[in-house]
Amino acid sequence: MRVLLRNPRREIEVAGSCPVHALLSRLELNRESHLVIRNGTLVPGDAQLLEGDIVEIRPVISGGA
Amino acid sequence: MVAAASKCRTCRGPAIIDLPRHNANFCAEHFIEMCRRQVVKAIAQFAMLGPDDRVLVAVSGGKDSLAVWDMLIDLGYQADGLYVGLGIGDYSETSGGYARRFAIERGLRLLEVDLRDDYGFDVPTAAAASRRAPCSSCGLTKRHLFDKAAVDGGYTVLVTGHNLDDEAAVLFGNTLRWDVEYLARQLPVLEARHGFPKKVKPLVRLTERETAAWCIVRGIDYLVDECPMASGNRHLSYKEVLNTIEASSPGSKASFYLNFVDNMAPLLVGKSLSDGLQLSGCSNCGAPTTGSVCSFCHLVETASSHVPVPVELLAKKGRGSR
Repeated sequence: MRVLLRNPRREIEVAGSCPVHALLSRLELNRESHLVIRNGTLVPGDAQLLEGDIVEIRPVISGGA
Repeated sequence: MVAAASKCRTCRGPAIIDLPRHNANFCAEHFIEMCRRQVVKAIAQFAMLGPDDRVLVAVSGGKDSLAVWDMLIDLGYQADGLYVGLGIGDYSETSGGYARRFAIERGLRLLEVDLRDDYGFDVPTAAAASRRAPCSSCGLTKRHLFDKAAVDGGYTVLVTGHNLDDEAAVLFGNTLRWDVEYLARQLPVLEARHGFPKKVKPLVRLTERETAAWCIVRGIDYLVDECPMASGNRHLSYKEVLNTIEASSPGSKASFYLNFVDNMAPLLVGKSLSDGLQLSGCSNCGAPTTGSVCSFCHLVETASSHVPVPVELLAKKGRGSR
């Protein structure tokens, strides 16, 4: 699957399929700080990501206050 | 396409988001309903808005400000937006585009102030000229211009998009220093006083993961990229710490902030030195101030005569804010 990461923007290729929470763990990303969008739709932590999916991992933390 | 295994708590349909702090998953429709309920609760609990209020929303083009503007319109409030062009290079150009598109697509009124055009400087230059951290110059500028626009425009309430994570992170920093002055003023509502408008934060019961999800579900296009000058600021590191705690103990951020508001803030009433300060009008712009000239006018004087500083020069330093 193709995975888009932000801040900075970059793409990585991840082989095989796995649940959302496993992908976040593998990339050492905190679930509370990110949303996962698969093929344009939000998906929860136990959704299964498949070979061929286009996945965006979107950070939600913003600075300044 | 593989259906999500988790089900919406309300309708048992496929969930789109898991919210451990609620020990629940939601489909799009019931996630939106949950967010709406939290905002309505915050508005009612803290007497933020009434049906006759003229509301001005401070809009940055990011998820929180666009989400709160969308929610208020959705709830039937009359709310205009205010965008301040801060001159932070391409970042400001892009963020302004998101704010304008949001307003145009929905037929909403967006007021605009441009720091460079209207005051002769920008945030990177202000930071360099005043030797303040960029986030400090930016905050001072935005507070002044938001207040001024609200008062000048006859708006009864100024709304900002501060969410639960923002408030928990600020509370965390204030608590680490036991800064009673700041703690006493860290409330979801600041009533109008001394020429300042009433300020409210309707998103204090929603995390930023939830406000981002609101935008995605509602089809709101927002600026995802982080401000190049915020990199390394202390506020972001506090958020990371709190999210690490939240991951192992869901609900901690909400307990930390909302229980502070319920249980601790009442004990701090009257402890803020600013409550007793005598304010007069700035001799230059008329804004309320403790001195003869307000901090913003001092900044304008210092920064507008300084050679323009490109954002790249300061962004690399990653200087933090308090």
